[in-house]
Amino acid sequence: MFSDYSMSELGAIFAMQGFAGLILFSVFVLMALGLAIIFGQMGVINMAHGEFMILGAYVTYITSNVFSDYLPALFSIYFFVAMVLAFIASGLLGMAVEWAMIRHLYKRPLDTLLATWGLSLILQQVYRSVFGAREVGVTIPDWIMGSLPVTDMIEVPINGIFVMVLAVGISAAIYILMYRSSWGKQVRAINQNRVMAGAVGINTEWTDRLTFGIGCGVAGVAGSAFTMIGSTGPTAGQLYIVDTFLVVVFGGAGSLLGTIASAFSISQAQSIMEFFLSGSMAKVLTLLTVVGILMLRPQGLFALKLRK
Amino acid sequence: MSEPKFPKTLAGPSRRAVLAGGAALTASLFAPKHLRAADYPTAEVNTTGLAVTDDTVTIGILHSITGTMAISETGSVQAEKLAIAQINEMGGILGRKIEFIQEDGASDWPTFAEKAKKLLVSDKVASVMGCWTSASRKAVLPVFEQYNGMLYYPTFYEGLEQSPNVIYTGQEATQQIIAGIDWVAETKGAKSFYLLGSDYIWPRTSNKIARKHIEKLGLKVVGEDYYPLGHTQFNSVINKIRLKKPDVIYAIIVGGSNVAFYKQLKAAGIDMTKEKPLLLTISVTEDEIRGIGGENIEGAYACMKYFQSLTNENNMEFVKAFKEMWGEDMVIGDVTQAAYLGPWLWKAAVEAAGSFDVDKVREASPGIELTTAPEGYVKVHENHHLWSKTRVGHAKVDGQYEVVYETADLVEPDPFPEGYQ
Repeated sequence: MFSDYSMSELGAIFAMQGFAGLILFSVFVLMALGLAIIFGQMGVINMAHGEFMILGAYVTYITSNVFSDYLPALFSIYFFVAMVLAFIASGLLGMAVEWAMIRHLYKRPLDTLLATWGLSLILQQVYRSVFGAREVGVTIPDWIMGSLPVTDMIEVPINGIFVMVLAVGISAAIYILMYRSSWGKQVRAINQNRVMAGAVGINTEWTDRLTFGIGCGVAGVAGSAFTMIGSTGPTAGQLYIVDTFLVVVFGGAGSLLGTIASAFSISQAQSIMEFFLSGSMAKVLTLLTVVGILMLRPQGLFALKLRK
Repeated sequence: MSEPKFPKTLAGPSRRAVLAGGAALTASLFAPKHLRAADYPTAEVNTTGLAVTDDTVTIGILHSITGTMAISETGSVQAEKLAIAQINEMGGILGRKIEFIQEDGASDWPTFAEKAKKLLVSDKVASVMGCWTSASRKAVLPVFEQYNGMLYYPTFYEGLEQSPNVIYTGQEATQQIIAGIDWVAETKGAKSFYLLGSDYIWPRTSNKIARKHIEKLGLKVVGEDYYPLGHTQFNSVINKIRLKKPDVIYAIIVGGSNVAFYKQLKAAGIDMTKEKPLLLTISVTEDEIRGIGGENIEGAYACMKYFQSLTNENNMEFVKAFKEMWGEDMVIGDVTQAAYLGPWLWKAAVEAAGSFDVDKVREASPGIELTTAPEGYVKVHENHHLWSKTRVGHAKVDGQYEVVYETADLVEPDPFPEGYQ
């Protein structure tokens, strides 16, 4: 298929294709980080993860409207404000949900699946009632929607760079929180042995609530960022949930590094195959490979050594 | 037979005020000289036990108002309710007011079938305005055929179907596709095409027809790709398009994927206003643009039978009435207009038949004309589809299309196109 093209054209295409893979990688990381905290650290199967993301997207939508109506001069930077607000909104909702529902289910992890699935349906209908069934159009500042011409052939989308920077930043922040702070130590202690952690004086209830809130908050930031590349509607969260679980499960629950490694391998595989095969076929092959590897290695790529 | 012009004021609240003020008077006030209920005794116009009384007739509305498809189907429900309100204001059908029972298909195909059965069997509705996706239509089809109902289906679709129990008020694939490809080849001198679609029956069948026609014209298809419904990452295919350098990207992407595709196309530096490549779609109506954002799709072309910006008198009145009833910020897409035709076509057929009986309505349907349709003159074909014009619109930044081309004549519907399958 490449015989008709010159070397420079091919080089440019491969460079851009590599970049497409990196963007997909960043998107996967952003999607999965929140879930990696909630599912990985707390063992809660949060089916409403996508709806927390969409809450972030709707917050971005509202913020963009407020800025264009009242602060048009600052419109070009509203996105940063929106992401902070999205984190707060989704985080607070997450903490409320943890208090009302999840904390009663820690001993019954499978029931969290049903409960959060119900929650996702409720949230979808709430969005539909509040914002209407149709997708809303989020106006993105012009500077994010353009592309940077690197050479004549190579153009790099700015929103892709934005998503990549955001993914790296949030990963770093979570790494520090999880592995370099006392809060992270408490979370991991609770994950290993809840009763024992309580016995040595860790406030397990509060730590759980905060963990769940932060996981949901990160989902909100991801949702906010995805208004640049995807749709914002009541059911748009469903588009992300399968890939999100795929990344987290494949990476090995409980391992941040695993999540990132799995996001990287899945995104690269998918983006390369999409280039050579049709989109649906690429998806099928990616899923088949993941299923195959999980059969050989049920604990995922990287697993914590736990005493069973 | 021709229809009287639509009344000019049709807003919900004022209509209600009128009805409350003189329910008894309404029939005599608003019914034109012909068609009083007394002239059509119920026993004569309804020999099969449908829900028809001396002053009302009940029909069904069956769309998704919850679930994924609610995004698309809401407009159809609104258009159908508007048409019903307008017909009632004019005195109803055979002197009878239309009442409707609305059921929610909930974006779930078995639910559609269940609700269709409920409407036909328990409610005995005289006809049903409903369905949107082909999957929902296929699910209700056996029900309509078994219980002999009449369905008015509004969506443009892939064709390959012709049921005695369905009137298809949207275009079938060849009507929508061929005129658009001819136009882009003639006017824009397009030589090569890249076909793109969501992975299900309508885009695949449509692209098959498009490919056959492109090859018939001696032009080239340089790529064809399908992505799962809900796919949100299009960077790889955008790179493929760059590599192949087609003159035209022919896109049939639907739902949430649409938004992702156009946003990423713009972010990748493909400026559609430069028409290099030119983008031609058959799946983006004004409704979808609201989610995509006008600034992200400016410069693309769409090929369908109706655009909100049509300037004929029927359409101006229709748009005005629609906005009065449902709000100023409403937009009207191709399917919404087609849904609006349903009740009117049914009314015309019932009046031609002089009966609500489904068999008689079916017999009377072919040849029914509407001169008052917002899209212009339409006529029902023997095969239950509509003769209609096909138009090409140019997307503007405000989310509306500017009509740049329309076929000189009505395009004949051809649900089983020879040489295209």
